Amino acid sequence: MTKRALASIAIAVALSAGLPNISWADTIKIANVIELSGAGATVGSNWRDALKLAFEEINAAGGILGEQVEVTDYDTQTDPTTSRAMVQKAIDDGAYVIMGPIYSGSVKVNMMVAQQNGVPQLTGAEAPFITDMGNPYIFRTSFGAQQSMPKLVKYLTEEMKVKSVAVAWVNDDFGKGGRDSFVAELEKNGIAVNADVSSEVGQADFAADVIKLKSSNADAIFAYLHEEESARLLKEIRKQGVTQPIFGETTLMNQKVVDLAGEAVNGVRGHVGLSANAPIPGIEEFAKKFEAKYSYKPDHNAIKAYMGAYVVKYVTTKNGKVDRQAFADALHGLTITPADEPGILMETSWDDKGEVNRESFLVEVKDGKQTVVTTLPKL
Amino acid sequence: MNTFFQLFVSGLATGSIYALAAIGFTLLWQASQTINFAQGEFIMLPAFFVLAGTQFLGLSFPVAMAVAVVLSLLLLGLGFKRIIIDPLLPHGVLPIVIATIALGILMKEGVKQFYTAEALPFPALFSDRTLNVLGAAISVQDIAVLLIALGAVALLQLFLNGTKIGRCMQATAQNPNVAEILGVPVRRMILYTFLINAGLAFLASILISPIYLAKFSNGETLGLIAFIAAIVGGFNQIRGALAGGLLLGVIDNLSAAYVSAPYRSAVPLILLIIIILVRPQGLLGKAEGRTV
Repeated sequence: MTKRALASIAIAVALSAGLPNISWADTIKIANVIELSGAGATVGSNWRDALKLAFEEINAAGGILGEQVEVTDYDTQTDPTTSRAMVQKAIDDGAYVIMGPIYSGSVKVNMMVAQQNGVPQLTGAEAPFITDMGNPYIFRTSFGAQQSMPKLVKYLTEEMKVKSVAVAWVNDDFGKGGRDSFVAELEKNGIAVNADVSSEVGQADFAADVIKLKSSNADAIFAYLHEEESARLLKEIRKQGVTQPIFGETTLMNQKVVDLAGEAVNGVRGHVGLSANAPIPGIEEFAKKFEAKYSYKPDHNAIKAYMGAYVVKYVTTKNGKVDRQAFADALHGLTITPADEPGILMETSWDDKGEVNRESFLVEVKDGKQTVVTTLPKL
Repeated sequence: MNTFFQLFVSGLATGSIYALAAIGFTLLWQASQTINFAQGEFIMLPAFFVLAGTQFLGLSFPVAMAVAVVLSLLLLGLGFKRIIIDPLLPHGVLPIVIATIALGILMKEGVKQFYTAEALPFPALFSDRTLNVLGAAISVQDIAVLLIALGAVALLQLFLNGTKIGRCMQATAQNPNVAEILGVPVRRMILYTFLINAGLAFLASILISPIYLAKFSNGETLGLIAFIAAIVGGFNQIRGALAGGLLLGVIDNLSAAYVSAPYRSAVPLILLIIIILVRPQGLLGKAEGRTV
């Protein structure tokens, strides 16, 4: 074999070792690892549709750094083990950034795979532990429960003068994290927990749960479950003629819950990090575009995904290169305003742990529509 | 006491829906030694027939219900018997068990793939008001579900005991060979049984879907609980399946409230084990021997 042939082989090997970087020169690969079936299909579908909408807009406007974005969906089936395998597959496929998942239990096990491979991950999960694990590649797209619960409890104590609460929560990482944050905040404010009722993911029959909540004689009921279970719980609450006021955090007032539970949601109040009915021009415009394209109203997960896509665009453009490490470094401590990037919809900041900070809303569902009662400032 | 009464009535309402599915199990077993492990999916599917009729064909809700009844009878009754059961029946129970498990998966995944993986709202058939009964708030929906399910079972009993066709069906269930010698059209009687099972599945579907929401995975739990209810009550007796369904509905509610909510799903299985050990023929079932 001649020296020239050996040199050719050496060059070929060297080039193939850097293949993922070379492929970025053609398209930027975004992995959407999300719940498209199983209990989380409702939230995952919202997220997927909004992400698709955002990247179609970005591609139509010339892409990122002149390159088109290629989004691939990976269905976690709302199963943590599958989600871990999907994250690994996405990384093997050369993902630049991973979007999702939303279920905290899935993120808990798959974020380590992304971390080990140095791939930034923008998640929709809200359990407090996500950003407490020292992972420099994880970033939220919405509030963690530990940030939103103090806002809600403040409202319950100062505005509603509540002295006791019955708590209904779903027994998974999302529900347990939210329940613990909420109860800790209640204890700080001297509010009694009269009933503490856990339910399972996918639970269909809430008759016994509601009877326990009702007979606790608490001043108010707080429910922290996923969308489908929230809808079933609210239908049962109305069926049993419960008169206590119902409060929740984000999911309970979600558009999907409104669609599923109908009139049973009317009168429910609570805190939402994001709302398609928020009086924010960017969100109003997004909601119109989304509804025109998909013929249904977006929920907060859709807004999270849409914003997340534009975070990828803004940070990558700001860096001037498609580089995973540079992306993660740049997003820590960053604030993006709608003036910087209209797709961000609302001014949003990330701290050094990947926790998100922005304005949020107190809402009440009236006539099947979220109505913003108050806009709460950034923390 | 009020809480107990509310739990009891609510459990009876849910249990009556389990009973409809459990009765389907016993009917098919008696008529053709068929154990239908797709029974849960048989209850899941008719709700989607109704929703498809309203969403894609623009039918009004009552018309969509009528179309769904016909489709249920054709596909879950006639089609199920002709395509799955008839060819497999000569090969014994096991191939039918495997085939119906496969059918259940196919139906579930089919709805997920071609309709939606998400839960969908299903129109409520009754008022969401509550009535004050002995100081307890009892929902009109629970009472209506209970009455309709029990009414359907009563009508079925009347049909089986009070009509010629019903008695021919019973004769077929007891001994198909002798029934055939006596001039009973056995094949037609078996077909009627499958059609009745499809009708019961439709009824259970439209009663449960407004409460549980329509979702492709609804059949998983319903099918299992109905199967357990049929065994607990007595696999060869309609009244046994009825009692088993009602019992499981009440026990599920009471155990969730007074024992442990996280372990509520284990309670029916514990009951099943106890029944198998203590009274294998079920609470109201009759011991029967079969040749091997």
